[in-house]
Formats: sequence, structure tokens, C-alpha cells
Amino acid sequence: MTTLTTSVSTARGRAVIGAAGALTALGAWFMLSRGSENVYFPALPAILDETWEYWRTAEGLRNLGASLTTLSLGLCLGIVFGVAIGLVIGQLTFVEQAISPALEFARAIPATALIPFAMMLFGVGDNTKIFLIALGSLWPVLLNTADGARRIDPTLRDSARAFRIAGFQRQAFIVVPAVLPRILVGIRIAIPLGLILMVTSEMVGAQEGLGFVITQAQATFQLVTMWSGIVVLGVLGFSITFAYSLLERVLLRWSDPRREDA
Amino acid sequence: MTAVQSLPVARRRTSRPRVARVARPVVAVAVLIGAQEALTRTDVLPAGYFPPASEIVRTFVGELGDDSLGPALMSTVRTWLLALLVSVGLGTAVGVLLGLVRPLEAFLRPVIEFMRPVPSVALIPLVVLTIGTGSGAALFLACFAAFWQVLVPVITGVRSAPAIALDTARSYSLSTWQRIRWIQLPSMLPHLATATRLAASTTLILIVTAEIIIQMPGIGHEITMSRSAGDPARMYAYIALSGAAGIVLNVLVRRIEKRLNASHGLEGSR
Repeated sequence: MTTLTTSVSTARGRAVIGAAGALTALGAWFMLSRGSENVYFPALPAILDETWEYWRTAEGLRNLGASLTTLSLGLCLGIVFGVAIGLVIGQLTFVEQAISPALEFARAIPATALIPFAMMLFGVGDNTKIFLIALGSLWPVLLNTADGARRIDPTLRDSARAFRIAGFQRQAFIVVPAVLPRILVGIRIAIPLGLILMVTSEMVGAQEGLGFVITQAQATFQLVTMWSGIVVLGVLGFSITFAYSLLERVLLRWSDPRREDA
Repeated sequence: MTAVQSLPVARRRTSRPRVARVARPVVAVAVLIGAQEALTRTDVLPAGYFPPASEIVRTFVGELGDDSLGPALMSTVRTWLLALLVSVGLGTAVGVLLGLVRPLEAFLRPVIEFMRPVPSVALIPLVVLTIGTGSGAALFLACFAAFWQVLVPVITGVRSAPAIALDTARSYSLSTWQRIRWIQLPSMLPHLATATRLAASTTLILIVTAEIIIQMPGIGHEITMSRSAGDPARMYAYIALSGAAGIVLNVLVRRIEKRLNASHGLEGSR
């Protein structure tokens, strides 16, 4: 126990124990599902085989591509608008006072409740998906940006005024870098939301994409394909989050870690 | 006397911003609604897609007397509360355990990191096949999504106990339980509060999603039903209802959070 406790405190010890944990989990899944008679929980090798087979075919790649395109477009739109509106709201008090109740209300609507609304506006297709993902990811980015812009370091603000930095220069070189950590926090919350909205809108409002494949497979009782879709989504979610945490680290390398969570 | 006289002066000084704080949002909301009404009445916005605000309000009031609104709202709110209770309870319990037992946490960390970003809606088809289309399905989906959101901050929170406090506990030879009860759990509370707020909106999103996709009764189901029945005014009325429910729930969670923090002397933190 003592050796275990001490090894946990080193990075290498943690990695070894973590690897053991991951292998145990995979092994347990493998053993439990081996020769499974239960159609709902097929054997792990069958799922992995199907994942490898299906998602490399032209059809699989097209569905994967459709999901990724709409996800990235939707997230980009949501982030751009979220940052822009957030900067305005965070810096102009009267705008904030005027529209914050309306915003509070719009934000409280669960994003998926707008799926029927988006389908009515845009019909079944990519636009519905992009609209929903953008709308869902807008709020966390907007609120974090506005909050960050509201609490800009007074020293920073005063220095900018002393050097007569104003207008666009002030926004681009002072406000945005200062708010960047908060913007990135907002995006971190927006990414999983975007994934949820992507899958959901594909389940009801699209003819292609990961969510579409999973529901189709369920409807036609191809449960191994359905499981392979779930595995692909898991891997996708994990890799996007992981890649984003790397990006975040690069972008924030210059910032003062002591102020990051302030 | 002087004190009495100075009072109105002070009040006048603060009253103007306060009036603005109330007036501005009221005016802004009125302008928004007025613009929507004008644009839809003049058909600049197609009235088939965007019924005028007054019509939405009329539909909403009409629905209040109808017997589909009450059960739908009740069903959504009941599942939501249950999901929040289960996910926060389970997340806190497991999180505290993992926060205290470091080797176990190191062992399970990769699994947690892998499961956490899996969009739980991906499990909807599987859940439909195994659990069915009742409220149990929505409950499971919402809990699966929110559990990880509570678990990870709670682990961090238990770990965030200040080293000085822990050293003090050791020099006063507090028992393990006393240390957990008086130092590590209180330092976890602010993290738990933030996580609960996040979990509250996540669970609501997933329950509405489940209602829309697997057609279980609730607000989400009424929204899709209104759309397919070609009744946009009713659809907007229910969307507004979901927003109102969201606001009420947010306020509720925030109030509990404030009370909890106040009772632990953490008023100033976060």
C-alpha cells in the first residue's frame, strides 16, 4: 500500500497505474462479452471488426465527413458570434442591462427544444444541424466572454488609457488577449454540447452522419453496426477534447497561471 | 434631524441608476416583442413560421386550461429533479471516494477520461432497446451525461484542501473522519456547487432530447407534436415554457448553492 501511495505521486507511477486500469477495463469488457449470446451486447472483437470495416468504406467515411463538417462549421459560427456579442455585452453596461433578461431567458431554453423549430425553418439537412450546433455552443462562449470582458484587470485598462490605445487596437491587442482564457473555457464547455447537438440533430433532422447511422442501424436491428457507431463517437469525443486541451495549453502558454482561474 | 434630512439625498443619488436598471430591460423586451409583432403582422417574417407574439401568448394562455400542459410539465420536471438528485448524489459519493483514495483514482482515470466526452445521446438507440421508452430511459441518459460533470470537479475539490489546514489537522491529531468532515468536504463544496449548476442544465437538455427523440411524454414531446401538427404558435408556447422551466430551475439551484455556501462560511468564494 505504501509503495502504491508513493508511486501515485510521480507522473510515471500514475501513467503506469492508469495504463493498468485502462487495460483492465478493456480486458473486462472483452472477457464479459466473449461468446455473448445477448444480441444487445455483442462480443467486443465483433464490434471492433465492424468498426474497422464499416467506417473505412466510402459510405462510412461520407457519414463521418458529414458529421465533422457540420460540427466544425457550427462550432465556428457559435464561437465567432459568441465572442463578438460577448465583447459588446461585457464592455457596454447599458447594452448588458437592457438585454440580459432576454438573454437569460433564451439561454434557459434547452438547445434541443429548438430542434423542431430549426427543422421547420431549414427542413431536413445540413443547415438545421449547423444552426443548432451554433446556437447551442453560442451561450457558454458568450457568457464566459462577457464575464471576462467585464472583469478586465483595472491596471491593464488604465495603462491602455494612459497610452491612448483605443478603438480597434484596444480590442485586438488588449481586450481579446486578456479575455482569451475565459473564451477558451467557454469553448471547452461548448465542444461536448456541440457533439450532443450534432448527434441529436442527425437522429431526427438529417439523412447522413454518425447519429443517422446509429439510429438506422437500430431500426434495422444491425446491433453490431450500432455499437461500432457508439465506439466511433466515443473515440471522436475523446480525441476532440484531447486535441483541444493541447491547443489550449499552447494558446495560454504566455499567460500568468496564477491569474488563470481568477 | 440632520440624519433624517440626509436620507432622501442619499436615496436620490442611488435611485436613478436603479430606475435605469429596471427600465432598460423592460423597454428592450417591449421593443423586441413589438418588433416581432410588427414584422409578423406585416408579413416581413412569414407568419406561417413566426406567428405574432400576441398569438403565441394567447395560445399559451389557452394551453393553461388544457389538460396536456400540466402532465407534460410535471413529467419533465419530475424526471429532471430525479436525474439531478441521482447524478449529483452518485457523482459526489464516487468523487469523494476517488478524491481520498489516490491509487484508485489513478487506476480509473483513463476510463473516466474516455467515458466523459462520449455524447450520451449516442446511447439513445441502445437505451431504447434495453431500457425501453419510459421515463427510465431519459433518467439513465441524463444521469450518464451529468455524472461525469459532477465526478471530476468533486475529485479536484477534495484534493484542493489547503496544505496548511491538512498539516494543522495532523498536528492536532484529528482522526481520519474528522479530517474528511471538517477540511476536505468543505473545500469540495464550491466545486460541487459549480458542477451542480452545470449538471442542472445538462440533465434538462438530455431529458428534453429524450422526449423529442423517443417520444416519451413531456415538454419536448409536445414541441415536436405541435410542429408535426402544423401548429407553430403552440410549438413556440411550449418552447417558451421550457425556457421558463429552465429559469425557475436555475434560480432554485443557485439559491440552494448560496444557502449551502453561507452555512459553511464560504460566502465570498466564487
